[in-house]
Amino acid sequence: MTGTTAIDARWSAILAGLSRGWIETRQSFTETANIIGHVFFPVMSVVSLVMVRGKTVPGTEFSLAAMVLPGLVGFLIVFGGISGPTASITADREDGTLLRAKATPNGMLGYLVGKIVMFALTTLLSLLVIIVAGIMLVNNPVLDARAWLLLALIFVVGMVSTVPIGVALGSLMKSSMQAMLVPLACALVMLASGIFYPITRLPLWLQWLAQVFPFYWVGLGARYAMLPAEMVAVEIGKSWRTGETFAVLGVWSAIGLLLAPILLRRMARRQSGSAVTRVRERIMSKGY
Amino acid sequence: MSPGSETSAIALDVRDLRMRYDTTEVLAGVTFTAKRGEVLALLGPNGAGKTTTIEILEGFRMRSAGDVSVLGIDPARGNEAWRARIGVVLQSWRDHKYWRVSELLAYLGRFYAPFATAEVARPWNVDELIDVVGLAKSANAKIMTLSGGQRRRLDVAIGIVGRPEIVFFDEPTAGFDPHARRDFHDLIHRLSDFENTTIVMTTHDLDEAEKIADRILVLDEGRIVADGSADQLARELTTGAEVRWTSGGQRHVHAARGGDPTAFIRDLLTQNGDVTEIEVRRASLEETYMALVQRAESAASRRGSPKAAAPKTSDLQA
Repeated sequence: MTGTTAIDARWSAILAGLSRGWIETRQSFTETANIIGHVFFPVMSVVSLVMVRGKTVPGTEFSLAAMVLPGLVGFLIVFGGISGPTASITADREDGTLLRAKATPNGMLGYLVGKIVMFALTTLLSLLVIIVAGIMLVNNPVLDARAWLLLALIFVVGMVSTVPIGVALGSLMKSSMQAMLVPLACALVMLASGIFYPITRLPLWLQWLAQVFPFYWVGLGARYAMLPAEMVAVEIGKSWRTGETFAVLGVWSAIGLLLAPILLRRMARRQSGSAVTRVRERIMSKGY
Repeated sequence: MSPGSETSAIALDVRDLRMRYDTTEVLAGVTFTAKRGEVLALLGPNGAGKTTTIEILEGFRMRSAGDVSVLGIDPARGNEAWRARIGVVLQSWRDHKYWRVSELLAYLGRFYAPFATAEVARPWNVDELIDVVGLAKSANAKIMTLSGGQRRRLDVAIGIVGRPEIVFFDEPTAGFDPHARRDFHDLIHRLSDFENTTIVMTTHDLDEAEKIADRILVLDEGRIVADGSADQLARELTTGAEVRWTSGGQRHVHAARGGDPTAFIRDLLTQNGDVTEIEVRRASLEETYMALVQRAESAASRRGSPKAAAPKTSDLQA
């Protein structure tokens, strides 16, 4: 076959992947089991905004809710980017979806494009819910053109630095039971990431730990976008550290983009009919 | 050269295929070929190596040794253009449960469109395909709502949506009712007769293999113990014959090994004057096959697991 045909075929797969992403996004808002997954965190976020209403950031007159809002935005981006792909890759491996992709010419490419589109769209919709709730619950959140532009940038950088990590983790997990540990670990890291509380009030060792993970940095970027300039006072080093934000997220992107294809390929190589059958037998005998 | 324009008469060429996991040898030198348009059944008890063989041919499993060529290409090095010419129907799919039948077939079909050639239009038209596999009433049903038999029909449809030149079916009719089984057999005939598609299927059902396969390969303990049409198999496999007679008021039985009891009977009659009620019985193909299955099953249960990875072979040379 000629090179042109190979490129045509890949292009067809990408287009098919876009339609897959759209179909699966639609499904994720019409299937009850999926809706719960999408609605849980936005609802929790709105509840937490309601709970901190009227409180102020310790040591300032600034509304705590206004500070929590960008933290939640950051959290949702990272959480969606990491735990979404992890869960769906392990589930797709167990039910044979990945094997189906492997049995189709360029099927893995279509599958990956579909996943990226789906996670981008569903995360965006969750973000929209929170921001709309924020506009209603928080007094005067900063949402001018600069804020929207920065938020869009943070969203893109956040997704690029987390989705590959999620894909890599999903390829490593041996079962969907194991994959459930990932959102749990995310929630733990989130607690220490200065989302509900200024990070500068946390013990120093915890501050250092939080700064390893993308949660803190995406949250910081969202605060930079949505908070008035004087709020920089409660940040580490009294600076928005934009350069550091992009550097750390850049490192995570590089690690993820390097590891994800290797781990995904290694995992996909092991997929065969008997591998899927073994998982099915395990689920039937053990229940998970 | 564009995919599909290859006109070689041989679709499948397997020589001395071996597969070994640690110390157990699952395939101990399997050799066979298949012509274009031929329907080949891999028949054998559980653990005989059928699934391993088919997974190596599909390119989903690396072999330990031997030469394999599927449509002229080594499956271990098959690219996407090769993949587009192959159809795969596995045992247990539960994928895409939220998708609708026609939606999934249309989606998967898109991947094959760039691989269409002057001879082979790809993919199959979705409505026509749904009709062919008998799912017209469920075209818009969500896949999770399909019954087991309907789900298998969908799996078959997905396996052939790209109009493959060769299709691998792993236990295709497991869970089919007699009507669905009949439909499936008709479809296999249609594919091989009108589309010149090569079919390779595994089954442990001799009756089914006899009905639809042009050729049956019997696998046992990782080896091919018989290869031929159902008639040839009956001659090849059923070598045992039983001779019974009455002599001196007593009934005698002799199991003639080597297949032909004529020489034994000639000797018996010349040496023994009072032989009466002579009776020669050859085991049917079914009896021979059932004996093979029983032996494999009792060997498996001796090992303590009904689904042991592989039977031991007496010959472990690599």
